[in-house]
Amino acid sequence: MTLVKISHGRRSFIKSSALAGGGMMIGFSWLASCKPTPEQLLTMPKEWFKINGFLKIGENGVVTIMSPNPEIGQNVKTSMPMIVAEELDVDWKYVIVEQAPLDTSIFNRQLAGGSQSIRHGWEGLRMAGVTARQMLKEAAAKAWGVPVSEITTEASMIHHKNSGKSAGYGEMASAAANIEVPKEVKLKEINEYKIIGTSRNNVDGQKIVTGKPLFGLDYKKEGMLVAMIVHPPAFGLKLKSFDDATAKAMPGIKDVFKIDVYKEGDETQWCDTISFNELVVVVGNTTWEVMNAKKAITCEWEQIKSKEVEVPFFGSTMKVTTPAGLENTEDHLAKMIAASKSSATVVRKDGEPEAAFKKAATILERSYTAPFLAHSTLEPMNFFAHVTADKAELVGPIQTPEFMEKSASTRLGLPLEKIDIQMTRMGGGFGRRLYGHFLIEAAVISQKMNAPIKLIYTREDDMTTGIYRPAYHATYRAALDENKNLLAFHVKTGGVPESSLSANRFPAGAVDNYLAEEWTVVSNVSVGAFRAPGSNFIAGAEQSFLDELAETMGKDPIDLRLELLEKAKTSPVGKDNDYEAERYAGVLQLIKEKSGWGKDLAGLHRGVAAYFCHNTYVAQIVEIEMKDNAPIIKKVTAAVDCGLVINPVAATNLAEGGIIDGIGHGSYSAITLKDGVPQQNNFNTYRLIRHREAPKEIEVHFVDNKKDPTGLGEPLNPPVIGALANALYKATGKRYYDQPFLVDPKLMG
Amino acid sequence: MATFNLKINGTTKTVDVDPTTPLLWVLRDHLDMVGTKFGCGIASCGACTIHLDNTAMRACVLPISAVGDQKITTIEGLSESGDHPVQKAWLEHDVPQCGYCQAGQIMTAAALLKENANPSDEEIESAMNGNLCRCGTYTRIKAAVKTAAKNM
Repeated sequence: MTLVKISHGRRSFIKSSALAGGGMMIGFSWLASCKPTPEQLLTMPKEWFKINGFLKIGENGVVTIMSPNPEIGQNVKTSMPMIVAEELDVDWKYVIVEQAPLDTSIFNRQLAGGSQSIRHGWEGLRMAGVTARQMLKEAAAKAWGVPVSEITTEASMIHHKNSGKSAGYGEMASAAANIEVPKEVKLKEINEYKIIGTSRNNVDGQKIVTGKPLFGLDYKKEGMLVAMIVHPPAFGLKLKSFDDATAKAMPGIKDVFKIDVYKEGDETQWCDTISFNELVVVVGNTTWEVMNAKKAITCEWEQIKSKEVEVPFFGSTMKVTTPAGLENTEDHLAKMIAASKSSATVVRKDGEPEAAFKKAATILERSYTAPFLAHSTLEPMNFFAHVTADKAELVGPIQTPEFMEKSASTRLGLPLEKIDIQMTRMGGGFGRRLYGHFLIEAAVISQKMNAPIKLIYTREDDMTTGIYRPAYHATYRAALDENKNLLAFHVKTGGVPESSLSANRFPAGAVDNYLAEEWTVVSNVSVGAFRAPGSNFIAGAEQSFLDELAETMGKDPIDLRLELLEKAKTSPVGKDNDYEAERYAGVLQLIKEKSGWGKDLAGLHRGVAAYFCHNTYVAQIVEIEMKDNAPIIKKVTAAVDCGLVINPVAATNLAEGGIIDGIGHGSYSAITLKDGVPQQNNFNTYRLIRHREAPKEIEVHFVDNKKDPTGLGEPLNPPVIGALANALYKATGKRYYDQPFLVDPKLMG
Repeated sequence: MATFNLKINGTTKTVDVDPTTPLLWVLRDHLDMVGTKFGCGIASCGACTIHLDNTAMRACVLPISAVGDQKITTIEGLSESGDHPVQKAWLEHDVPQCGYCQAGQIMTAAALLKENANPSDEEIESAMNGNLCRCGTYTRIKAAVKTAAKNM
């Protein structure tokens, strides 16, 4: 066992007095679905004893574990409690999982983003479990008059071998709740794990497959009204006037009015990104009535004036420029190409890249592009709000509850403690629900109506209100000598309106002469983080370029990467390289072995890629078969190093999902603009990957290295786009530089 | 407004609504049955799939006035205790990620298997192609449909 001092999140473990029976209803209040299932009710305890902020134990041994972070489909609601349960040494079948309330005095980082929930939660979750176990042991030692050092636990049981005494956790829960929180505890060794590393099915699985209310859109409250918005049809426009006479007279309509989502002069945060601050709102009794009335509102729009604002961004500020004008995809592309040929900001320079390019025998130069993307969570943006004079009750799908609590407090003029945000399960996030303007909109509408309301975006609203993945461009150059040795490597990249550069990533550190530059093009199209921000483009571009570089150098693409990684390991260039070359090489070696790389597979064409982002290493191979001139993805193999795998079934599922997501967006999806108007507004024009286009088989291998766990929400989708492009090249003889690869460029406007 | 007597999941429910109201919103707003999901409103994502008699339909574009005497089955009524072979297969394969599309996927799969007890891979892909899954659980869905077919 590992002896550790409790330092992390100590507030979470402060002893609480035992809760009486009534306390059990705390977390079960908001939805019928959150009530225990009939099977659970049979064994529901009469009394709960709260051991710490993460868990309470019933007198019959049933344990409730709070899942602190928002659930967006990344399975933290199962895997985070598994970590607590492991160190508590509880039998998983006695565990009930509840979504924790937003409470930053107990829980750290209640956020879903950056694939960081498990990595950041790892220590605190284990501490929550092990302190509770220690308190149970001490309670037993006291009751039996034996030294605590002689007490052992196993699967919800406490034993004292010498006296033959045993007790269930439930029997000691009451006493344990009054034991002082230990100052030092022993964590389990990895070889003692019984829950971590074993597959445990989704704790909400039964509710999902039977259609129980779990999502924000399912939330209801007595007297609740429905609200919808009307927003400008184009970026660069704002509301001038509106006519609501017809809409107001329609059946079921309560009111139509204009709101300012954020108030001018109020302090905002990075997650307050919004495209259209002035909205027309329709409020009525039912969704269909409101939808119809929304169509009956006529608006006059006017062009915005250009502006520049400073927005606080993680301790510093970020300048956001919003130019006037109605923008077009064609102009964006032209501006990006012009910027890629102009001077740019040097972010990293090793050696003398310019000189190396001058003396090169061969220069390989290639450019890559990718369009704006809409997150397209299948559950559209929505939020419930009930704002009264002294309280705001806000319920719904949000990735950043602890940030939005502050924004809501500012906007509503209510102190922080009067803002109550409850997290529902989310019908997808992918970064879109980091930006909670819809929560503020719901709150402002409720405040104005003085009634509980649920704001619902139609799919068209959801897809045309921006916060897109930026549009990107990258140019890669490599200088080779006459013997085809790599002399220098240059990446110059940017986007509308953000660059996707991570200058310290591979192959930085592996090339003596290295240059990384970036540029941006300003735009009034709003953008935001999209699953694996930046990486979701640059990984594919870089990995495509490395494939072409290997071909030019006459090398196997895996061997070239391994050679570069060997150099990065043995004689790294520069100090700030952000990857461990050995682990990077590890996933490439694993995929080489598992896929039988190098074997000739009749009729199959393979492409490889590898990438490191969000603290996890991934290598992938895409296998394509051509049928009637169209590519069919027969198989994708992945090798993943995310350290210890908490829940293999969920980890594999998430890896498969990332792969399908990457292939889908790289192949089919794009938002294009004409005079500021998004040309795609629903799934009939905006293509998402479908069943028929998905890989026929996906095989995921995890590196078994027992290192501390990292996340899986994002690292799988970036490289697969490169592996796909490389496989398509093998299959068709044509290189794919511009996403989406499998849509006719003429259709992209 | 008009009165409709709907045969839903083995019982009859009466609602008084605008006849153009899509079945989806009758279920969600008037009958508090929120298992059937809203995703696109134009029958392009499949999240709202229900059975009308034995056929999979998109409830978001089906006006309540067009339902008539036909039997409506929703995810809540697919089985009495959540143990339809398709639901069981979904749990066995731990299919859901976010879970939002899965009710629709399950309803489409159940309708497919009623019609074709032993579908090929291509038949599964074809039948399921109208149901989007943004999390990308397609390979798992296919495996679960095959397991369900064995257990039907």
